[in-house]
Amino acid sequence: MNKRFELHFLKKQKEKSTQTNIITNEHEVYLKGVKATKRRIVITRILILVIFIALWQIAASLKWIDPFLTSSPIRVIKSFVSLYEDGSLFKHISITCYETIVGFSLGTILGTVVAIILWWYPLVSKILDPYLVVLNSLPKVALAPIIIFWIGNGMPAIIVIALLISVVTTIISVLTGFNEIDKEKIMLMNTFRASKVQILRYLIFPYSIPILISALKINVGLSWVGVIMGEFLVAKNGLGFLIVYGGQVAQLDMVMMSIVILSIIAFIMYEMVAFAEKRLVKEKN
Amino acid sequence: MNYHSIKGETQALNDVNFEVNDGDFISILGPSGCGKSTLLNIMNGLLEPSNGYVLYKGEDIKDNLDKIGYMFQKDHLFEWNTVWENVILGLKIKKQLNNESKERVNELLDTYGLLRFKNHYPSELSGGMRQRVALIRTLALKPEILFLDEPFSALDYQSRLLVCDDVYKIIKTEKKTAIMVTHDIAEAISISQKVIVLSKRPSNVKIEIPIDFGNDDLTPFEKRKNPQFSVYFNTLWKELDQGNE
Repeated sequence: MNKRFELHFLKKQKEKSTQTNIITNEHEVYLKGVKATKRRIVITRILILVIFIALWQIAASLKWIDPFLTSSPIRVIKSFVSLYEDGSLFKHISITCYETIVGFSLGTILGTVVAIILWWYPLVSKILDPYLVVLNSLPKVALAPIIIFWIGNGMPAIIVIALLISVVTTIISVLTGFNEIDKEKIMLMNTFRASKVQILRYLIFPYSIPILISALKINVGLSWVGVIMGEFLVAKNGLGFLIVYGGQVAQLDMVMMSIVILSIIAFIMYEMVAFAEKRLVKEKN
Repeated sequence: MNYHSIKGETQALNDVNFEVNDGDFISILGPSGCGKSTLLNIMNGLLEPSNGYVLYKGEDIKDNLDKIGYMFQKDHLFEWNTVWENVILGLKIKKQLNNESKERVNELLDTYGLLRFKNHYPSELSGGMRQRVALIRTLALKPEILFLDEPFSALDYQSRLLVCDDVYKIIKTEKKTAIMVTHDIAEAISISQKVIVLSKRPSNVKIEIPIDFGNDDLTPFEKRKNPQFSVYFNTLWKELDQGNE
């Protein structure tokens, strides 16, 4: 009896495995196709970068272009090494990163707080609407000289410029998000006799997390603009300073190097926010 | 009830007067735009009528707002919360979340086949299950009267019939009084004991028609197949038709 059962079981198992095998064969081809496409995309991406760098170097070495004006990958690396050796490179990088992170964090937090206040008092929001529109369309870097006068020639001024650039867009996008919530959902909360704080806590906030994160994503980019602009004007430390200084002393290698570093860090920071978004959205679903 | 806008004043409701008995399921039927939702919002105390009053057991409804539960057209479940977090939302807001109420909610989930899905997210449920979760969220607060605002119109026809049976069964088992607003004649007949027909704006109560199939145990779906169904349908159709002229 036992044996028969065992035999039956084995037979079933075999059936099952052949069945899954049939699916797997077809599925494997499909999966392979997907993987191959992915690999091709990554390889092409890397190739473009390698070819660009190689062409740049070759053109400079063969004097097709003037390396004094365009620099070259080798010159960039040399400049990187010399700055690294005198120890100032990481100081500049960390200062710029610090200013950017503080700038966009404060911009996002402050913008969200203001958006909450405006949501809380719809009349205030209506009154201030045209002013927000003007502030939004005004290029905030135009205010930079004034801010440097008010706050002083230093890091706080740079952070304030970065903050100013991101705060208005944050207010507008977060407030729009708040107001897009289905009116019936608010009415549902009203039938529970929820207070405004409770509506905010249980409905508006969780609903707005994706909006907040997309605001954060935009703010990272905007803060870079503010920080570099501020460093151009204040010019003491940071990658923006290196760019301006390199331009003034005709050291284009230094300028190019700073731009390369800037692109790499900006990319990393964006990816970090995107990663956080993925995690949070995943949790939600 | 008069509505004010810059363009002027609109009278939504004129003379609407009716009574609902304990345990009744009544429907308010009217052509679209006749002020049904306005009426519902007055009855649940979210809107203040220009004139008149709503009484609950002889007292002003405003002193009895906890006796009211509300069910919307859409389920309005919060996608970022699990089924459990959704059904206890009202309790949490009213600060009534304790062992006794938790147990009650658990029992409700169990009775209506949702206990297994306690930790699922709404996006993983079918439309009918979502509507049941929404109803349990309302029932968790132990209301005596339920207001249903076209509760099935967001569903496709097939699930509408199924959910209609479901909701009817739940409301009858829990012995709640229910007032449903709808523009769907068949739905009104199949689910309620009395249909109140409103005229077009400014609305009056046109006629009250008691619905009786002679057997209280029929489900809404079975009532639809009953020969008397079409008789009621024709009567109501005529009443509504005139309201549209």
